[in-house]
Amino acid sequence: MDIQETQRLLSEYLHELANLFHQLPGSAIFLRYVKSSYQDDPVRSMVELFLFLFAVRYLLAPKYSTKPGVVQLSDDEVDDLVDEWTPEPLVGSPTPLEEMEVEKRAVIVGPVGPKSKLSNGRTVMNLGSVNFYNFNTNESLKEKAIQTLRNYGVGPCGPRGFYGTQDVHMKTEADVASYLGTPACIIYAQAFSTISSVIPAFSKRGDIIVADKGVSFAVRKGIQISRSIVRWYEHNDMEDLERVLAKVTKEQARKPLTRRFIITEGIFESHGDMVNLPKIIELKLKYKFRLILDETWSFGVLGRTGRGVTEHQNVDAAEVDMIVGSLAGPLVAGGGFCAGSEEIVHHQRISAAAYTFSAALPAMLSTTASATINLLQSNPDIISQLREQTKVLRAQLVPRSDWVYCTSAPENPVIILPLKPEVVASKRLSFEDQQFLLQDVVDECTANGVLITRVKTLDDNFEPRQLLLPALKVCVTIGLTRKEIEKAGTVIRHAITKIVSRKK
Amino acid sequence: MPRRSAASSSTTDSPNSPSFSTSIPGKGGIPIKAPNRLSQFFSSSPKSKSEPQTAQAALQSVSGNTPSPSTPPISSASLSLPTISLSTATADNPNMDEPPTTLFQPPSPEEARRLAKQHAQFGPIGHHSHRYSSRHPGGVFPEPVMDEPPYYYLITTYISYLILIAFGHVRDFFGKRFREENYRHLKSRNGYGALNSDFDNFYVRRLKLRINDCFDRPTTGVPGRTISLIDRKTDDHNRHFYFTGTTTDTLNLSSYNYLGFAQSEGPCADYAEEIMRKYGITAPSTRAEVGTQDLHTEVEDLVARFVGKESSMVFSMGFGTNATIFPALVSKGCLIISDELNHASIRFGARLSGASIGMFKHNDMKDLEVKLREAISQGQPRTHRPWKKILVVVEGLYSMEGSMCNLPGLIALKRRYKFHLFIDEAHSIGAIGPRGRGVCDYFSIDTREVDILMGTLTKSFGANGGYIAGDKVMIDKLRATNSGVIFGESPAPAVLAQISSALRIINGEIIPGQGEERLQRLAFNSRYLRLGLKRLGFIVYGHDDSPIIPVLLFNPAKMPAFSHEMLRRKISVVVVGYPATPLVSSRARFCVSAAHTKEDLDRILTACDEIGNVLQLKFSTGIAGGALPENGELAPPPEMEKEWRSKRSPSILPPRWRIEDVIRRGVQDSKAPMY
Repeated sequence: MDIQETQRLLSEYLHELANLFHQLPGSAIFLRYVKSSYQDDPVRSMVELFLFLFAVRYLLAPKYSTKPGVVQLSDDEVDDLVDEWTPEPLVGSPTPLEEMEVEKRAVIVGPVGPKSKLSNGRTVMNLGSVNFYNFNTNESLKEKAIQTLRNYGVGPCGPRGFYGTQDVHMKTEADVASYLGTPACIIYAQAFSTISSVIPAFSKRGDIIVADKGVSFAVRKGIQISRSIVRWYEHNDMEDLERVLAKVTKEQARKPLTRRFIITEGIFESHGDMVNLPKIIELKLKYKFRLILDETWSFGVLGRTGRGVTEHQNVDAAEVDMIVGSLAGPLVAGGGFCAGSEEIVHHQRISAAAYTFSAALPAMLSTTASATINLLQSNPDIISQLREQTKVLRAQLVPRSDWVYCTSAPENPVIILPLKPEVVASKRLSFEDQQFLLQDVVDECTANGVLITRVKTLDDNFEPRQLLLPALKVCVTIGLTRKEIEKAGTVIRHAITKIVSRKK
Repeated sequence: MPRRSAASSSTTDSPNSPSFSTSIPGKGGIPIKAPNRLSQFFSSSPKSKSEPQTAQAALQSVSGNTPSPSTPPISSASLSLPTISLSTATADNPNMDEPPTTLFQPPSPEEARRLAKQHAQFGPIGHHSHRYSSRHPGGVFPEPVMDEPPYYYLITTYISYLILIAFGHVRDFFGKRFREENYRHLKSRNGYGALNSDFDNFYVRRLKLRINDCFDRPTTGVPGRTISLIDRKTDDHNRHFYFTGTTTDTLNLSSYNYLGFAQSEGPCADYAEEIMRKYGITAPSTRAEVGTQDLHTEVEDLVARFVGKESSMVFSMGFGTNATIFPALVSKGCLIISDELNHASIRFGARLSGASIGMFKHNDMKDLEVKLREAISQGQPRTHRPWKKILVVVEGLYSMEGSMCNLPGLIALKRRYKFHLFIDEAHSIGAIGPRGRGVCDYFSIDTREVDILMGTLTKSFGANGGYIAGDKVMIDKLRATNSGVIFGESPAPAVLAQISSALRIINGEIIPGQGEERLQRLAFNSRYLRLGLKRLGFIVYGHDDSPIIPVLLFNPAKMPAFSHEMLRRKISVVVVGYPATPLVSSRARFCVSAAHTKEDLDRILTACDEIGNVLQLKFSTGIAGGALPENGELAPPPEMEKEWRSKRSPSILPPRWRIEDVIRRGVQDSKAPMY
């Protein structure tokens, strides 16, 4: 191929390219622009060309890390570091306290009832389960549950959004809502996960949470994962709450309005005392906060028909923005719920993690919840009976003990008994010592035919750390007669005296 | 708990047992073809009172106390059929050597109803060849081939979203001015911040609302082979629904009922009932307090043995299991490296743990290695102190992609980089592997190589809850430090009964042969449907042995269209779009079950074929398998496909098989290796 041929080909090629270029829409304008700008202002063209080249160079440049403080290492060095690195074991060895916890865990053989058989063969009065109304072995409830089982099978095999919503779930939601007197309700598959999922569904980064220092572990996890701004107030201290609310309102006055929540419990899981709901409602209205109330331990227990702390303290349930409660526990079903306005419930159906990403509640537990709610409503006698029994047991334990005191509210069938501070001080008992001592009391009670338990605590990584008092936990049940309750009370009292007085 | 030593455990492995064909008489009147009749069956009393048989007796009779040489079918139809037998074999002991010459009488109406109900929950196997045992053939684990549609579909997808968003904004513009009451909850009012931000709510309000009728469809009854949908209508564009009072029985492609244990009768339900009668409804306490029963420890031992670990814990919720385990494993100064497509529960738990979180590209072992090298060599950010420990978290089977984790690759990396490995087997346990024991079983890898195995009991076992399995020392420590044990409610006895009976069926302790049948039918069904869809020309993601089959739809409007069309053909499917998937790749997700028969799958394929033509869904290029035969030429069997292709032409013809050919060749071809 000689040079002329090449030239001819090249010019032909260029010509074709020019033709193509001319065919492009808008090419004439572009051409005119380039021509005129070159004629009028060559400097500008130079700058533009320079910018174009810079852009090309930038795009072709190799990537580099934007992370600060990355040390450049060669492959061999990295290999050495990999060889050198020895990770810790996935879980460490257990502490003596943890070993004791696992070793001493009670195992019930057969049904959980007012009297249960333990794995060591003894039959004991069960004051450890929250089987307040002894619904667990109620034959008509069982029959209903079995009927559901025979219609629906056991599991719903899918999340609520994907064909896991069964008619029984909708019925339970409607039942809980009408029982509480709220417009709507949503049920979750596990009570423990409910509140930890409700809080982050609403309170996001930048929102404000004012919470009681004594809230339960599940509430703390919910607050932690929400990544909101948290302010704590002293446990059940309404003056402190008002102070915190005023301070937050003042701090936030100039900032854009965000969601603000007060979070507290109806009956506190780890203390057993009750919230002052009317006062909180007054404060929340005054400072324009929303209220998330965890009624896990008060729903089905407080009030004339067991509607919880709202009924007990004569507060309209609609005044509370979100009522979270449990269908497990005394209602012997499973799962938890959140009751509130239509909007609040609807929002959770899309954005509450434990609802959208979890399989639905088994149908038989859902119908059981509906049935027990019905039983409580139609038969409020059992609630007054429970309160009576609670009084009897408290009378045996609280006023007559030199060693423990009671932090529970008088209406709470869960009686929580920490050691008196003077006892702790005089015997110089550390947190662990107290736990071991109380476990000895529990063992002594079991040996004498009464099953009780301790308030379980778990240290978490969320600041501020919560310091809970080690305590005994005694749950009343109406499945036992008054005589039996009195006897159990005596056994517990004597066990406490025997064990604690012996401790040097 | 009754412990029976499976009297007939005298290894009776005969997949060709004639008992499968003796159960045919109910099969002719396939219940799903007569949905109205079926709904009556559901409404009838669940268990006829004329059967005073106790659960225990039923269980034992089914489990074959008599030294039966055959494997009884899952739907024990032959038990109760009124038969005139000419052979020596009794009705519940079909002789294996010679097929029983039995003259059937037509079943009584009651009997027929019972059978129809049973088969609506679990279809009888049509032919003994409809079984397969899935396991990794060894060698390199192939990367799943990701097919892509022509650009036309991608561009129209983006344009669709643009139009939807534009319309949404226009409607918002006018809505906010003329229909203010509808927007009240999105605005600050009376000094309260908006409960829900306008921006976050836009997607729900303007995009999801349009197709709300495809989600949250209420159901009733057992989510087995079929599922009864409660019909609903809307007068205000999906804002509210009202019930019409009728139900529709549909073929169930939506529930995670992999092994078909969602049944309201049969050994599992019988045992659950027995346990409920004996133990009550729940154990109303937490595990750490007094909510531990003998049942719990028994099920934990069973689960541990099943997954091949020393010890295990069970929880009442699968989500909660993940949400509580990570804080007990890792803390500040530790690193979690998580697959980017891991489930929300893992993210929830990981965030609570306080550990640093890194991500690697989905199933990409090279990327994981890069991340590991960087993490180990650089240490913690700023301080450069070495990480206390690194926990790599993957799922066995990914629920949206249908892809399986590359376990051999992970184990190789683990040996080199000494990280701890956590596998979430939520979808893979029971559903994968020749013995149903998850990904380790599938890849024939010793479970000791994996530090901690997590799984749910909701899916394959038809129960509820989750488990964690590991070494005994580890689990004992976790029993004291895992908040789910300490504060979470204890699982209910009946749920535990379902778990234990399902597990014992799978491992052959009771009713030997049935567990195997379920596993093999699931494996066959998964491959058969997947191959069929590929051959029809759909883009299907995921691994060949995965019972999760995502069919790609791309255009957002095709989601409701596909769902409605399938519903019209009485098949319920799940459609998912953004944000559960990337914006462009909206999909329908099929969950295959062992309860489906081949006829069901053929019905699905036929429906997909029709809908695929109408909705233009057949856009595969053929790179992911299912190649097209030339005119008149026989298609190559899948194992020859690669070779055949390379011989013919470098370009692959997009597969667009006729439905008849797909069905005709499906059974034999789906058993060959696919890639």
